[in-house]
Amino acid sequence: MTDVQKHPRLVIGLVLVAAFVILGLVMPPFAGHDPRDWNTFPKNIKPNQAHLLGTTGLGQDIFWLLTYSLRNSLILGVLVGFFATLIGVTLGVFAGLKGGWADRGLSLLMDTFIVVPSLPILILLASLLQGRASILIISAVLIVFNWPWPARQIRSVALAMREREFISTAWFSGESTLTVIRTEIFPYISSWAVGNFINTVLVAIAVESGLAVIGLSSLQESTLGTMIYWALQYQALLGGRWWWILPPVIAIVVLFVALFLVSSGYTQYATARRGR
Amino acid sequence: MRFLTFLLSRLVTYVLVIWIGVTMVFLVPRFLPSSPVEAMLAKVASQGQYMEAAQIESLRSSLMETFGLEGSLLQQYTGFFKRVLFTGDFGPSFSAFPTPVSQLVGQALPWSLGLLLTSSVLGWLLGNAIGLFAGYRKETLSSKTLEFLAMLIYPIPYYIFALVLIILFTYVWKIFPFAFYVDAGKPFGFGLIKDIVYNSALPALSIIAVNLGWWVISMKALAASVAEEDFVTFARLKGVGEPRIMTHYVARNALLPQVTMLAIRLGTIFNGALITEILFGFPGVGTLIYSSALQADYNLMLGTISFSVIAVATATLIVDLAYPLLDPRIRYR
Repeated sequence: MTDVQKHPRLVIGLVLVAAFVILGLVMPPFAGHDPRDWNTFPKNIKPNQAHLLGTTGLGQDIFWLLTYSLRNSLILGVLVGFFATLIGVTLGVFAGLKGGWADRGLSLLMDTFIVVPSLPILILLASLLQGRASILIISAVLIVFNWPWPARQIRSVALAMREREFISTAWFSGESTLTVIRTEIFPYISSWAVGNFINTVLVAIAVESGLAVIGLSSLQESTLGTMIYWALQYQALLGGRWWWILPPVIAIVVLFVALFLVSSGYTQYATARRGR
Repeated sequence: MRFLTFLLSRLVTYVLVIWIGVTMVFLVPRFLPSSPVEAMLAKVASQGQYMEAAQIESLRSSLMETFGLEGSLLQQYTGFFKRVLFTGDFGPSFSAFPTPVSQLVGQALPWSLGLLLTSSVLGWLLGNAIGLFAGYRKETLSSKTLEFLAMLIYPIPYYIFALVLIILFTYVWKIFPFAFYVDAGKPFGFGLIKDIVYNSALPALSIIAVNLGWWVISMKALAASVAEEDFVTFARLKGVGEPRIMTHYVARNALLPQVTMLAIRLGTIFNGALITEILFGFPGVGTLIYSSALQADYNLMLGTISFSVIAVATATLIVDLAYPLLDPRIRYR
């Protein structure tokens, strides 16, 4: 039995996430049309062979629209996850190793940003931009609100490591701070950073689609959340058009459970490997 | 002495949260490419209302005043803070003219407080109780099933849960109302309370369920690690009964980080509840923020959003200050 097979959680999660990545990043160019365009097909068709998931009340093919929305949601998630983790880890390591006033100041800042509720601020921004909030602007705001979580955790790890002997050894043998961070500290926190990255991807997609469900995200672009918004706007629920509202809801649920399985499974896997 | 340091650091964070949050509310409209005043004027014009040049000018200057866009940036900034922190005066609401913003917030507040308090406290208590059982007997089948269920529920966002509940209980199986409706004119009594509980059940349930997942997962991990500590083994050898070990030895120690975590997560819980309120049409602060955003009612928007930043910060402070009551050692950092 190989290492990975001992962690079914991680394997199931990875397979599901891979399926979503293929759906979202590989499939969209094969649509042959812009899935966002209205009235491309007859409206409100139930799923059949020509339209795998049917069509919306606006005449869009739901399958292709879903792949397209998935792509936008994934891009947003990865963007926010990457930069929030990068900024968080850098500031966290800095605060933990430096200590003193720099640490106190940065810790206060982290605690503060964690408490400030992000959604009202996003709603304010979205409403002032009146539906023209691009994916990039929303990502930027989400990065501002998401770096403190990794920073806080990494800071406490770095704080504890500062007292460890092997760090002192490296220090006294004349290594530069950067080298100590790269060779001694990074291997310790890298697995944690990966876990955090995946978590932040999840949080970012969740917040954006939450904003989108109430119609305050970018209305020109299509994300998983805006799909739900249009379905609700056109009374898909009351009209019994389940095939319109269920695909984005199911996609979000499965994607989130998959991402969570990967992040928690990866943490287990990394802990087990380190313990060996 | 230790308590003083603790109190002081919490108070500094409290002031900083309000300062940074309110500064953001101040800065966002000022750093956008489009001026909110011009956008607002365009909206009025697009609604087909004919206005004389002089009327437009007077509307513009009143809007400039509303946004506090007059004077230097520093003057605007201090003026904004004075309004938010001391007078609490955000002027009249545009959409419900001439009702003052503070009155609208005052009407929505009890609803939000009731919903959030009940559902976060219930979610926290239930989740920690289940997590404690699951963590204390982590090898049993029931605790593994519980953790599996919690892991399925936790990553699902509030509004998805809310949507699923709406689909199931108002559409497929019609036992709950589709839209929130409580007759405010009803005399206070059992009937009114029944109405409120009946109408709030689904929104509350969706908040409780998602919170529950997180508390079960984190409490299970905490309880499992505390249960392996030496003092627990010692208590067992000493002959302390299992139920007492679980409540007095494991729970008391494992609950402390959960209190801190509750304080940290209040902002996230508030975010989730906001969307839940909107989806159910619950008459709280979240719905008020939403309708102000839809109607471009900026007085109301700036008022409700500044208010919610202060409310979340205050709630966090209260939970933080409750911590020493539970932990006589006030162990922090």
